[in-house]
Amino acid sequence: MSQPIAGAPNGESPSLERPQAPSPEQAIRPDGRWLAQVQAASGVSAGACYGCKKCSNGCPLSFAMDLHPYQVVRYLQLGQMDKLEGSSTVWICASCQTCLTRCPNQVDLPRLMDWIKEELVRRGQAAPEEKVRLFHQLFLKGVAKRGRVFEGELMAGYMLKTGGAFGPEAIKNARMGLTMLKKGRLKLIPARTKDRRWLKALFSEPKGGSHA
Amino acid sequence: MPEVSYYPGCSLEATAKDYAESVEGVCEALDIKLRELPDWNCCGASAAHSLDHKAALNLGARNLALAGRGPSPLVVPCALCYNRLASARHELMEGDELIIDEIKAMRGDYAGVQVVELNDYLSSPQVIAQARQKAVGQDLSGLKAVCYYGCQGQRPPAITGKADYENPQGLDRLLSALGVTVIDWPFKTDCCGASHSVARPDLVFTLVARLYERALAQGANCIVTGCQMCQANLDMYQEEIAKQMGKDVYLPVLYFTEVMGLALGIDETPKWLKRHLVSPKGLLEKAQLPRQTWERL
Repeated sequence: MSQPIAGAPNGESPSLERPQAPSPEQAIRPDGRWLAQVQAASGVSAGACYGCKKCSNGCPLSFAMDLHPYQVVRYLQLGQMDKLEGSSTVWICASCQTCLTRCPNQVDLPRLMDWIKEELVRRGQAAPEEKVRLFHQLFLKGVAKRGRVFEGELMAGYMLKTGGAFGPEAIKNARMGLTMLKKGRLKLIPARTKDRRWLKALFSEPKGGSHA
Repeated sequence: MPEVSYYPGCSLEATAKDYAESVEGVCEALDIKLRELPDWNCCGASAAHSLDHKAALNLGARNLALAGRGPSPLVVPCALCYNRLASARHELMEGDELIIDEIKAMRGDYAGVQVVELNDYLSSPQVIAQARQKAVGQDLSGLKAVCYYGCQGQRPPAITGKADYENPQGLDRLLSALGVTVIDWPFKTDCCGASHSVARPDLVFTLVARLYERALAQGANCIVTGCQMCQANLDMYQEEIAKQMGKDVYLPVLYFTEVMGLALGIDETPKWLKRHLVSPKGLLEKAQLPRQTWERL
């Protein structure tokens, strides 16, 4: 056993033992063919990233991500989609555009994150941030129905599906709802786009994104 | 009287009713005629671009096609709607292969539509000069404001076409011209977490707490914004976030149009301010604004 080192973070003793060499099974086998496919499908030149990490240093939400944004790009370059399937990063991204704005090679990371989300949902894969996915899907369901968002229905539907309508959150949510109603900021009758034929055409494909 | 096309967006019909009313009130006072797009649809917001790129593009395309039939520019008060419409226009200039036949049939002149964020439109030198002329001489120097622009109106510059995207100045200039004590700060375009307030409020609380900390450290007594998502996230949960911070926070979050309402002496201004969760009453009273602007808040 190694001796504790004074002043180490959290008072924990870092291991001084030699790290084990990764087994051949753990080693990444780069698959470059996949990068070309992703670039063609998403329109994002992910191959142009040379790993300066400006995206990740500027990201306001990286504290909540399990992979830094540059790691997402790197795994894509190496063809390691399985590394991204269980990652929270693409769901935590708020699309604030800071990364793209500062990227020296203008790699459109927000678009890449969106493309991965759409691909995962299309494959019917469970998302590590189920609530984020659910909110987006309910939102789109409302748009497909009316052409506009009806916030009251969206929030009620979301709470019913996530337990916010019954659990300990229910009182807090009800109180906020009442306050918003009192302030005249809760609409009770939904607005609609009158012409809705095109909505049927747009959302008719059995696409994961359109059906919650 | 200038006439512009106007895309209010879904939030302005409900949670951001205060913003909608103040936009209409201020534009009327400045003789700007807002022509609402007939039968507009939702821009798709975060949901569409996250899960369904084709839907996001089509939702934007239809609105742009409608805008092409009306006066120019298309003015958009919501930063996210603005970003979605400007992004759609940008992508449509490359081609419309993803557009469905029903919307193609509208024969939209996408490239011809100029999409402008409302706070940019109202902080142009001409409008500022006009607002100064019509101002009723209200002393607003007791409002010590930091201007909070948020992200979607600024970035990415390839889409927004803005030069000062890291340090925007429009609202700072407008409010200074109206006599507000505008305080510079480095968090003008930092993210508030946007729609994560529903599924991951913890993330929004962390980001908003940082904004409060910095605004207070700069000596601000209010935050002025031109984005209804920023307003909602900073206004609706202030009590709860302050509790988590273990700090007293009192920072009313005003729309820039509401401040314009005060400067222009628009009678309805208190009606807009009354819809906020963090009441601006204490702020306006302390800033020595006339009693009728705050007594009923």
